Amino acid sequence: MKNCEALIIGGSAGSLDVLIKVLPSIDIDITFPIIIVLHRKKGTDSLLSDLLSTKTKLTVKEAEEKENILPKTIYIVPSDYHLLFEKDFTFSLDYSEKVNYSRPSIDVTFQSAAEVYKDKLVCLLLSGSNADGVNGLIMVKEFGGEVAVQNPKTAQVDYMPNQAILRANVDEILDVELMADYINKLN
Amino acid sequence: MSNLPSIDDEQVETLIDDVLDQYGYDFTGYSRASLKRRLNRLYSLDKQVSFAEFRYKIGSDSVYFKRFVEQITVNVTEMFRDPNFYKTLRDNVLPTLATYPFIRIWLAGCSTGEEAYSMAIVLKELNLLHKSLIYATDINPTVLEKAAQGMFPLSQMKQYSENYIASGGKADFSSYYSANYSLAKFDVDLKEKMIFSTHNLVSDHSFNEFQLILCRNVLIYFDRDLQFKVLQLFDNSLDNLGFLALGTKETTDFSPISKRYKRLEMEKIWRKTVNEKL
Repeated sequence: MKNCEALIIGGSAGSLDVLIKVLPSIDIDITFPIIIVLHRKKGTDSLLSDLLSTKTKLTVKEAEEKENILPKTIYIVPSDYHLLFEKDFTFSLDYSEKVNYSRPSIDVTFQSAAEVYKDKLVCLLLSGSNADGVNGLIMVKEFGGEVAVQNPKTAQVDYMPNQAILRANVDEILDVELMADYINKLN
Repeated sequence: MSNLPSIDDEQVETLIDDVLDQYGYDFTGYSRASLKRRLNRLYSLDKQVSFAEFRYKIGSDSVYFKRFVEQITVNVTEMFRDPNFYKTLRDNVLPTLATYPFIRIWLAGCSTGEEAYSMAIVLKELNLLHKSLIYATDINPTVLEKAAQGMFPLSQMKQYSENYIASGGKADFSSYYSANYSLAKFDVDLKEKMIFSTHNLVSDHSFNEFQLILCRNVLIYFDRDLQFKVLQLFDNSLDNLGFLALGTKETTDFSPISKRYKRLEMEKIWRKTVNEKL
């Protein structure tokens, strides 16, 4: 996709290593924001932001409610909240029931973004041991967005990307080494 | 099967207008993304087949409207949620208030009451419960009925006990409840100092003066204007030198009341500092 307006990366077990490998090669002049939804224990937010910010020159910060979503910025979804998108391109946080035993849920964020960004959205689903995110990918496709998954053969836990390939009409299946190049070309 | 949401943006606005006209519940200041998600969730939970029927049922069936309010507002809560927050209450905020002859606490958006019982336990352990009153309010009468019962799923107690210990609790947490089939029934003396009442932050006014107001994970569902309005309501309801506690992702920053409030380190707790006349 060209002229992408938002990239959302979702992942669970085994995804952090992928991000650590991919982030350093992402161009600093990308013209869209990157939003990262990672399943993890609650209360580990600043650790994750700090760790990821050592891997890139892009600004890395936790997504805050009502915040304007800016390009060239990597937003981390806070633990224990769902992240939603408003029509005016700001974030909302939501502390409602877990979805797929998860909060944040990748499905919730993908689905909300699909409605707001429509065909200007790209979602990438990484390694993980449950199917959270797959319904979201299906909805992103229905709104005209593009969906990519980590090649299950390269995933520490292949269940999540396998489910995505099985159930969603995935556009790209990416080896970890090719992810940064894919992302850089979304400009 | 289509994955598309059943209720679109325009229909969300139609429902907001309907419930304001017919029931006086004002959701116009609610963040739309969350509200829309809750409406679609209810629509599919209740296996609704058309928007027209859904709309008619909400408008014409007051029993269903009660369910509507319960389901579109978020009622997720837990005991001693964010243990560090309760640790600050225990070690810092409540000891400061201990010097007062009487402590009035407002839990705004108390949902099913887990926070009220957590608060009562801390007050009891600090030997302050006898001179405290906890006003626990919510927009939603159904959750208040549950709150007044003081019974929570036994399956949650392991987590709550861990939260309690992490918050600085020293007693045996299970000494506060008795197991009753699948429920944990909390001691009646904990709720002696609780008053449950409906209160709508959007439309109802200040009803007392408090030394401590807690409103955690409610403002995230409101737009900026409504957030400011509600913060003003809290300001009007808080004694000078009183404390205001918000959720971990909420703030008084950017609001007109922020200049009168000084934040305590680490937690989302602010103290009202200066006289209004200054």
